[in-house]
Amino acid sequence: MQYHYHKHDVIIVGAGGAGLMAALYAGKEVDTAVISKLYPTRSHTGAAQGGVGAALANLEEDHWEWHAYDTIKGADFIGDQDAIEFMCKDAPDVVYELEHMGLPFDRTPDGKISQRRFGGHTNNETKQAVMRACNSADRTGHMILQTLYQQCIKHNVNFYDEYQMLDLIMVDGEARGVVAYEIDTGELHVFHAKAVMLATGGWGPVWNITSNAHTLTGDGPALVLRHGLPLEDMEFFQFHPTGLFKLGILITEAVRGEGGVLINGKGERFMPKYAPTVKELASRDVVSRAIYMEVMAGNGVDGKDYVYLDVTPETVNHYFEVDDSRLPNGEIRKIDDHFVKTKLEDISDFCRTYVGVDPTKEPIPVQPTAHYAMGGIPTDIDTHALANEKGDLVPGLYAAGECGCISVHGGNRLGTNSLLDLVVFGRRGGKVMAQDVKKMEFKPIDAEAAVAKVRAELDAILNNTGTESHADIKQEMKNIMTKDVSVFRVEEGMAEAVQKLRELRERYKHIHIDDKGKRFNTNLLEAWQVGNLLDLALVTAESALARKESRGAHARDDYPERDDENWMKHTMVYLDADGKVTLKYKPVTVTKYQPVKRVY
Amino acid sequence: MQVTLKIQRFNPEKDSAPYWKEYSLDMHPNDRVLDALLYIKNHIDGTLTMRSSCAHGICGSDAMRINGVNQLACKSLFSKVGNNVTIEPIAGLPVIKDLVVDMEPFMEHYRSVLPFFINDDPAPEKERLQSEEDRLKFEESTKCILCACCTTSCPTFWATDAYVGPAAIVQAHRFIFDSRDQGSQQRLEILADPDGVWRCRTIFNCTNACPREIKVTEAIAEVKKEILFSKL
Ligand SMILES: Cc1cc2nc3c(=O)[nH]c(=O)nc-3n(C[C@H](O)[C@H](O)[C@H](O)COP(=O)(O)OP(=O)(O)OC[C@H]3O[C@@H](n4cnc5c(N)ncnc54)[C@H](O)[C@@H]3O)c2cc1C
Ligand code: FES
Repeated sequence: MQYHYHKHDVIIVGAGGAGLMAALYAGKEVDTAVISKLYPTRSHTGAAQGGVGAALANLEEDHWEWHAYDTIKGADFIGDQDAIEFMCKDAPDVVYELEHMGLPFDRTPDGKISQRRFGGHTNNETKQAVMRACNSADRTGHMILQTLYQQCIKHNVNFYDEYQMLDLIMVDGEARGVVAYEIDTGELHVFHAKAVMLATGGWGPVWNITSNAHTLTGDGPALVLRHGLPLEDMEFFQFHPTGLFKLGILITEAVRGEGGVLINGKGERFMPKYAPTVKELASRDVVSRAIYMEVMAGNGVDGKDYVYLDVTPETVNHYFEVDDSRLPNGEIRKIDDHFVKTKLEDISDFCRTYVGVDPTKEPIPVQPTAHYAMGGIPTDIDTHALANEKGDLVPGLYAAGECGCISVHGGNRLGTNSLLDLVVFGRRGGKVMAQDVKKMEFKPIDAEAAVAKVRAELDAILNNTGTESHADIKQEMKNIMTKDVSVFRVEEGMAEAVQKLRELRERYKHIHIDDKGKRFNTNLLEAWQVGNLLDLALVTAESALARKESRGAHARDDYPERDDENWMKHTMVYLDADGKVTLKYKPVTVTKYQPVKRVY
Repeated sequence: MQVTLKIQRFNPEKDSAPYWKEYSLDMHPNDRVLDALLYIKNHIDGTLTMRSSCAHGICGSDAMRINGVNQLACKSLFSKVGNNVTIEPIAGLPVIKDLVVDMEPFMEHYRSVLPFFINDDPAPEKERLQSEEDRLKFEESTKCILCACCTTSCPTFWATDAYVGPAAIVQAHRFIFDSRDQGSQQRLEILADPDGVWRCRTIFNCTNACPREIKVTEAIAEVKKEILFSKL
């Protein structure tokens, strides 16, 4: 069996914000390499728009403790409070570090990092929205990704660009490397390592309308499941309220942070009904459900399933007066066309390009879009992957970024907290891996066998003479998940979804592909990825079906209330080779905040 | 609308030279050219190969030559490009397969200009201050997504692949005009090389091609001026 062999102390799979931050830190001390199926700067972190949260208090009073409480409340009390406190406390320091790396933040008049309002971030005393999101126009993620990649070049980090991980090498319950496919040549590479970090991002393409790139296919979590390890809280998937109608392209919450309002088909601003205090700036699950309820009540625009997001200065300034919304200096807030064009430049471009709308003149048609995975590979606060609900570790395996679950986002993530999660835990994970591997030896692997296993999997797709199409199966999966495992959920729908997903998994065994070649065979890789999406869809539906309550992004018509007595616990889901799902649970870590009802 | 796509195909394992293949599809005027390519790949011919990821002009994966002009397939709507569309790989970089080119030579030029922040002073406890005005001086060039639309539309680059190219100059510009950075002198020296900025003949193809609407030629002119002023 032909393959290439590489050896590095640390292998990081994924070159988004999490992977690059970890690489910078691990790379300072030990031999580190990053494998990425995309060129690093094409990772989806580059699509993040609004900002990264940190209580810098550059424009008004703020405290990391407020940030922590907002996050715990936003998470609907199922986030682990020790990890949340650590993240929010570390936030200012890591944001300053990004600035020291050259990140071009927007500036306040006195030259500091600029900050803006975002959903769920409040002054804990007045309950009003607070300016906590550090931003660089509406392309903060792009700036973070570019800056981290630039630093990696500066510090000579090793990259294997356009290499796709196809398996983890696990021996005796320990991670000892990965097998990757070199996309250009179709050759297999064994990466032998002491520590493997998964930072492969999210899996929004499980649903129809999504803000995620189609390359986000949950490869890391799917492989973890395939090795008999659990995933955590998969039922909690965030639907962002404002995706561009039909396309799902994200329209950042910063639009509402800067004053944008949601208007239904009757021309009414409806958020005050659902969240009287912060209105449009309630947490995302609350706003998405409000849109959905408006649509169900026949208040969608033209009777369709969308509403308007209005950021025209005329409307915004009108509501600033109605709400008596003031600047820190006491003046009533006011925006103009120039403000919209410069602070929301990319958003304006998307609206013009894709729906022909100039947001300074017309409202933007929006609908909820599948956006962010709160669940994922369970880890401790040091990014060590967990083997089970008892908290045993998987030696050698780490996870960070959207594919991991520490859990700092619980049932619903606040805007700006993912970019924060990437840099805080990417940094921590990088440092921890460097420390860990210094105490470790390379342990033996059977590279031949690892390659043979992957080769056999690929051959099974390449040589399959079935009649099914992976693209059709993927589309059907999206339809099922969108219909029954989305913003609102009920028992029968989810049970049916599970049944249908199982049928799709059977059909997936009979796919055929056109491209049998070795060079740049994206047909083969995409077919492989559909297998991952199917596994993640199934464990999501099963985890959701079992959770008989409504909490955060998991909202059930048949169990509309949160049930802390029975359900304040994390789901740990396992999937065996026959498709059998096992659910276990583990407690939530509470430091000092007892659950209370969430009102915004 | 009925559209005809004429796509340059090349499979290194089978073909000795590229050839054209036509596809007829029913698309909506608001559909992206990328939607059509993915439709072909998913439903007509799975061997058609291109890069793409974000599908909204942010990641820079799907630069290609559409009706003779470099653009991102995910930002080109049929309402703009019309119903007879020719699609080729971007020029000046080796073709790997169909619309996929080897990005390495491009990335090498990018890396050559020290595209990273340099400031060896001890960092302050909080942020380094920067006025809003200073921040704006390099705003444009921070938008670059390294898609290569500009560099591969430049006739000088086609003729001389040693030319560092517009994208790398924009990346250098991003740091040269950042008031916090201390590496400008080194970068200007690199760009004063015969294969640096002076190869630019202000043809403006790069500016026209940039999907981020960066005024690339203007940025290059600013770097040229800076070199003259610093008397390199
Ligand atoms: C449109 C949009 C806007 C957002 N805005 C904000 C915001 O304003 N604030 C905020 O906090 N959060 C925001 N988010 C969320 C946040 O951007 C993401 O959660 C975060 O960027 C994920 O980063 P990551 O490093 O985990 O993964 P990604 O950046 O998605 O990177 C994944 C990496 O894994 C690699 N990879 C995947 N599979 C494999 C494999 N099999 N082999 C090799 N490599 C692989 C990819 O090549 C890529 O490099 C936004 C998200 C979206 C989609
Ligand atoms: S697919 Fe990302 S820029 Fe077009």
